[in-house]
Amino acid sequence: MTIDWNHFTPLSSLAGGVLIGVAAALLALCNGRIAGISGIVGGLLRPQRGDLGWRAAFVIGLILAPLLYRVLAPLPEIRIEAGSGLIILAGLLVGVGTRYGAGCTSGHGICGLSRRSPRSIVATLSFMAAGFATVFVMRHLLA
Amino acid sequence: MNLLFALLSGLIFGLGLILAGMANPAKVLAFLDLAGLWDPSLALVMGGGIAMGSLAFALARRRTQSLLGLPMQLPTSRQLDRRLIGGSVTFGIGWGLAGICPGPALVLLGSGSDKGMIFVVAMLAGMGAFEILERCSVAAANDKHTHGKTA
Repeated sequence: MTIDWNHFTPLSSLAGGVLIGVAAALLALCNGRIAGISGIVGGLLRPQRGDLGWRAAFVIGLILAPLLYRVLAPLPEIRIEAGSGLIILAGLLVGVGTRYGAGCTSGHGICGLSRRSPRSIVATLSFMAAGFATVFVMRHLLA
Repeated sequence: MNLLFALLSGLIFGLGLILAGMANPAKVLAFLDLAGLWDPSLALVMGGGIAMGSLAFALARRRTQSLLGLPMQLPTSRQLDRRLIGGSVTFGIGWGLAGICPGPALVLLGSGSDKGMIFVVAMLAGMGAFEILERCSVAAANDKHTHGKTA
């Protein structure tokens, strides 16, 4: 294993992580909800009365975040290497997988691990392992 | 009031993702590429998030109502089953293909990225497929149940 010290951003990544934790704390303590993005978005596709507003508000906040960030500082680099076909496949897998697995990096990875939920520990280990394996196959076996 | 806090939470979450580098798929893939030139930054994102989250959920766990008087709706399921693991593995494969998970996908959409928009549409289609499959399996189970009763 070779560490890429040139691209390693410990401070901003730690600070960003803390901000994500603050957002999750706010939603849990004020709204009584888990900040799990796939669950929040998925719930919009299963409309229940009185349950749509907070979901839509949270999603709008996420979408507006880069616009607000731009007011404060220039947006950091965004680079997407995958082509459109791969993006579509990836999006479909992420959509189906997160709903069957009942969570993603936020719901299981941040909130679930914070709650020491056994389900979230298993889910996080599963998607991390699959992510590592997929990148290994794509970059070192197929490329 | 609860809408305002949900909006604020979404905004802060998104700012955190951008600052952390999670909104850059190339950086996410560099974290997932253990055998290549490895960028460990995202481990610190999880570390920071979980440190804050642990404090918050230690408080949240003791409450039956939120600070705004809403019911606390924290997960209670403890089942470790094929759905959980199979779904998570499927998600992990998709994550590894593009370096995008649901939160950053919405941030990319907001940043005006074309590929971000394509990803979000595909992700919504995947979630919609899940809803349809779920409704079919529930209907099939009900059908079986009622037939079982009449027989």
